[in-house]
Amino acid sequence: MAREPGFSEKLVGERLHLVLSGEWTLAVSAQLEAASRKLLASAHRALKVTLDLEHIERIDTAGAWLVDRVRADLVAHGIDADYGGARADFTLLLTESRYEPVPQPVARHGNLFVDLLADIGETIVGIARNLLGGMTFLGKVVHALVRVILNPARLRGTSVVFHVEAFAFRSLPIIVLINFLVGCIVAQQSIFQLQKFGAATFSVDLIGILTLRELAVLLTSIMIAGRSGSAITAELGSMKMREEIDALRVMGMSPIDVLVMPRILALVISLPLLTFLADLAGILGGMVVALTYGDISPEVFFARLQSAIALNTFLVGLIKAPFMATVIGIIAAMEGLATQGSAESLGRQVTASVVKSIFMVIVVDGIFAMFFAAIKY
Amino acid sequence: MTDTPAIRVRGITVGFGEKIILDHLDLDVKRGEVLGFVGGSGTGKSVLTRTILGLVHQREGSIEVFGQDLAALKPDEHRAMERRWGVLFQHGALFSGLTVRQNIQVPMREYLHLSQELMDELAMLKIRMVGLPADAAEKFPSELSGGMIKRAALARALALDPEILFLDEPTSGLDPIGAAEFDTLIRTLQKTLGLTVYMVTHDLDSLYSICDRIAALADRKIVAAGTLEEILQVRHPWVQSYFHGARAKARGASS
Ligand SMILES: Nc1ncnc2c1ncn2[C@@H]1O[C@H](COP(=O)(O)OP(=O)(O)OP(=O)(O)O)[C@@H](O)[C@H]1O
Ligand SMILES: [Mg+2]
Repeated sequence: MAREPGFSEKLVGERLHLVLSGEWTLAVSAQLEAASRKLLASAHRALKVTLDLEHIERIDTAGAWLVDRVRADLVAHGIDADYGGARADFTLLLTESRYEPVPQPVARHGNLFVDLLADIGETIVGIARNLLGGMTFLGKVVHALVRVILNPARLRGTSVVFHVEAFAFRSLPIIVLINFLVGCIVAQQSIFQLQKFGAATFSVDLIGILTLRELAVLLTSIMIAGRSGSAITAELGSMKMREEIDALRVMGMSPIDVLVMPRILALVISLPLLTFLADLAGILGGMVVALTYGDISPEVFFARLQSAIALNTFLVGLIKAPFMATVIGIIAAMEGLATQGSAESLGRQVTASVVKSIFMVIVVDGIFAMFFAAIKY
Repeated sequence: MTDTPAIRVRGITVGFGEKIILDHLDLDVKRGEVLGFVGGSGTGKSVLTRTILGLVHQREGSIEVFGQDLAALKPDEHRAMERRWGVLFQHGALFSGLTVRQNIQVPMREYLHLSQELMDELAMLKIRMVGLPADAAEKFPSELSGGMIKRAALARALALDPEILFLDEPTSGLDPIGAAEFDTLIRTLQKTLGLTVYMVTHDLDSLYSICDRIAALADRKIVAAGTLEEILQVRHPWVQSYFHGARAKARGASS
């Protein structure tokens, strides 16, 4: 239905009359710009121009802007341009959308090499800031913890219990399952390799020690970093975005006390519990595979296991759990509270939280391995 | 064609769970008018707006926009309809990851074939029209004040030069001078573009200065609809206390 924007030319004395017609609206956006370019080209041939608006069917702000841009361009080129036959409502629209030069956003043209160096520099400074920020944050949490210990009434017990349920209880099935499966895989491979030496029963040593010392705690921590760490970051981040954190602050409550402490405490409680169950699941998985692939009966399996491991094997794994929990909690909370106003930023923080905490979990595990090797525990 | 109302709402019932918010509600918005929609807080003004926009589903009743029953439209017809209206949400609802200029260009990119240069120019035009400073263009929503968010959201609602403008409390959060400018702007747009404006508001000044008709929502229904003079005659207790209450009196005294 819409008639395309167009115009016709008419010479009256020295003045070129350009009679605009049709619809100058966004409904015909594809033709609109082309029409205004043609209009400009035609008008440039004359010295005096009148843009006649009388026969325009409809015009909107975009059309008015384009027409007025043509007029402004002509005036800038020393051509005498005015409007003719404009109806009252068009005049109002033309004043409302009168042309003003729009400053084009300046594109930054940098040297690629300099940009690269600047990026590297910024990243390194960022890492340093991050480490420093992490330390500061840890300090604040420890401070809050000391206050809670001095005055146990400050502890938000309900919140802690609620989060233990979310972090430990709800993630129990998946953690037991992956540890069971990894126990199976370790057992299968070690049986296959050791059978060549006729030492298949030694695979029990491998399963027991590997699961208890390293695998159970590592897998559980990584799973919790992905599952609960991301949840913490997303929760705190969206609270930050909606000024809920600010609301807490102005009510005299510290977000560290109210939000961060209960979550970190819950993680510190949950992770050792989960690690213990992960130990059991891993060994169970090993036992099942030992029976099916290596013909090692459960009696033999347990006899072997008892001589291979001692209490310290179990403790080495378990001791690491609260440290892992603290690292995950601190990183998740810090990233959450660093969220800026946009939804994109929230996504970035959640990603950063998961990546950083998994990385740090592995680093911490390595440090513990060196430490225990040094003290021969 | 022109005598069919822009929006015709018939027998709309909306509820959440057990709670009925709107009960067999009827409302007409005529073409080219500014309708002021009033009602106490939490009576369902935003819910009705969202129902018309198709964001909340009604249990009963029909909604026609430009004579077309929204429920009967095919998806691409619905899209074409959505291109004809602009919405200013109560809380702005700007895309937080985009700058103001990019926010305004989102519908342009989706629906129009324009050069980037013209889109930039039009975005700046809208920014100027709603009274934002030019440097707001490159700011993100989180860097704007409450009133600026309202203006930026209006600029986005106007991006496609819509035929119907839905405004949910456009002047709340603006200073009185800004609110008056906003009213003037809406009036100007309505006059020049023949816009139909559906405006939820608590602002007595807006009601007095720019609304052609007023509809009042109370007791889950439209209890009064008509020009200001007609509304002032209505005997409903809520309407009475709204238009004859202390604030209304204070306004009468000052003008
Ligand atoms: N998604 C929802 N689920 C349940 N109840 C809702 C939902 N949205 C709105 N309500 C209820 O509907 C009622 C009307 O809400 P609405 O937002 O329409 O109020 P309003 O008239 O716009 O008020 P205000 O002037 O404060 O903006 C309120 O009681 C609200 O609690
Ligand atoms: Mg509302």
